[in-house]
Amino acid sequence: MSSIAPSAPLAPPAPRPRIVLRHHWLVRLTHWLNALAIITLLMTGLNIFGAHPRLYWGNAGSVDQRERVWLEIGASPPWRQPSGWLDVNGTRIPTTGLLGVSKTPSGGTNVVAFPHWATLPAMRDLATARTWHFFAAWALILNGLAWLLYGLLSGRLWREILPSARQLAPGHLWHDIVEHARLRFPKGEAALSYEVLQRLAYAGVTLVLIPTVILTGLAMSPGMDAAWPWLDQLWGGRQSARSVHFLAMAGIAGFLILHLVLVILSGPIRQIGAMITGRMTVGGDK
Amino acid sequence: MILARRQLLTAVPAGLMLTGCDALTRNSTAKAVVESGEQATYRWQRLAGRDGLAREFSAADISPNFKVNGTHEPTNPEWQRLAAGKFTDWRLKVTGLVQRELSLSLPQLRALPQRTQITRHDCVEGWSAIGQWTGPQLAHILKASGLRDGARYIVFLCADDYGGEPAKGGLQSKSRYYESIDLVDAVHPQTILAHSLNGQPLSTGNGAPVRLRVERQLGYKQAKYLMQIVVADSLAPFGGGKGGYWPDRGYEWFAGT
Repeated sequence: MSSIAPSAPLAPPAPRPRIVLRHHWLVRLTHWLNALAIITLLMTGLNIFGAHPRLYWGNAGSVDQRERVWLEIGASPPWRQPSGWLDVNGTRIPTTGLLGVSKTPSGGTNVVAFPHWATLPAMRDLATARTWHFFAAWALILNGLAWLLYGLLSGRLWREILPSARQLAPGHLWHDIVEHARLRFPKGEAALSYEVLQRLAYAGVTLVLIPTVILTGLAMSPGMDAAWPWLDQLWGGRQSARSVHFLAMAGIAGFLILHLVLVILSGPIRQIGAMITGRMTVGGDK
Repeated sequence: MILARRQLLTAVPAGLMLTGCDALTRNSTAKAVVESGEQATYRWQRLAGRDGLAREFSAADISPNFKVNGTHEPTNPEWQRLAAGKFTDWRLKVTGLVQRELSLSLPQLRALPQRTQITRHDCVEGWSAIGQWTGPQLAHILKASGLRDGARYIVFLCADDYGGEPAKGGLQSKSRYYESIDLVDAVHPQTILAHSLNGQPLSTGNGAPVRLRVERQLGYKQAKYLMQIVVADSLAPFGGGKGGYWPDRGYEWFAGT
């Protein structure tokens, strides 16, 4: 198309801006409930971890049975000025200020796995953290089931979340990776459907990581292990389930950060607006 | 004014995220709402597996050191006197809404049909240890005492005054340890009054002479240093009224999770 077209009427008409319903009300509602539940679960979970900041493989493990410990957060003397560390399979990384030893809100020394700003409640309180964690876990499960049911019945799960065979072709996949790396995001009509990396991320979180945290969470429950004997065996024992729970949590936390960064880079007002009102303007300048 | 507003603009989001959330955890309405999760969990676990058995392990799985947690040795003079006499004078009293009150010695408990089970002990803090427990089923003892109408809970009164642990955070105060369970768990086949761990009489740290094993719940339900069993229709008269030392300090009474 040339910019020196002889006569205006022959040029294709610019698409007129139109408002489309981008997100169904159920998707918006479950998205925000999910966000609230996951942030609560993450922050209370980090508080709960502080009660026993060690991870093991197998059925059992404690301070008196350490042969299969693989991750530990701790602190070392001198206690007037302790140093914090993270130990992964015997490799010790100094983490003073962040892990093991951090500051209380008033500036004092806090010997705890995760700092106060990352946990809920801010200070050690296993009882309160557990109560909130399990309430949010119920919310996550019921909300997730509602979302999954809607996705299955409406077909949105296939149309919007699972990548298509065409999208998974190596050439297409590479193209999308390059586009993301250049921070070029789909515009106009193309923004009305998720690209392959976005679909892989959403499918990975909703269909792999969240079911994994739920099942490993249940596997830590002695009551549920008695009701469903396969539950802790699925992960190789209760302590393995606890380790996988932590790793899946880290995956979800990583997704959350990436998700927020990409929303900000790709037009936060438009994106967040669409997830609140459901509407997105397509065409025109956009 | 402008300065105040600017301060407010920056303070409000940060405050909402941090101190706001903390304040919310202390709000009584919010507390009541989130505590409803415990009822949901209790009902769900009774529905999903009322009669389920906790997994039993092989001798090879037994933890080399079964971690001692909570009280390491009761300080009260009565328990000290009983321990000095190798618990020959110890009696487990069974009272409350029963047809016959009982007073059982250690030899009497050992003379009842015994159950031995290798189970995993799951602490609320997150660790686990596997041990082999031996003792009579609680159901046997309750059959001997009989239950009267209105019996809903079995309350276990212990010998130790526990002072809490900073690691568990929250409200801490020193008082007598106790615990309670419902009748479903009371008559569960794996609910036993254990006098032995790994074939040896219970050590002081692990609750000598007898401790409760209620295998589908967390460690703090496994009351040590048992002195008396009370069959009750309400938990209100005991301790802080929430059914246990830790439940009185904010932990779930139903510790299936």
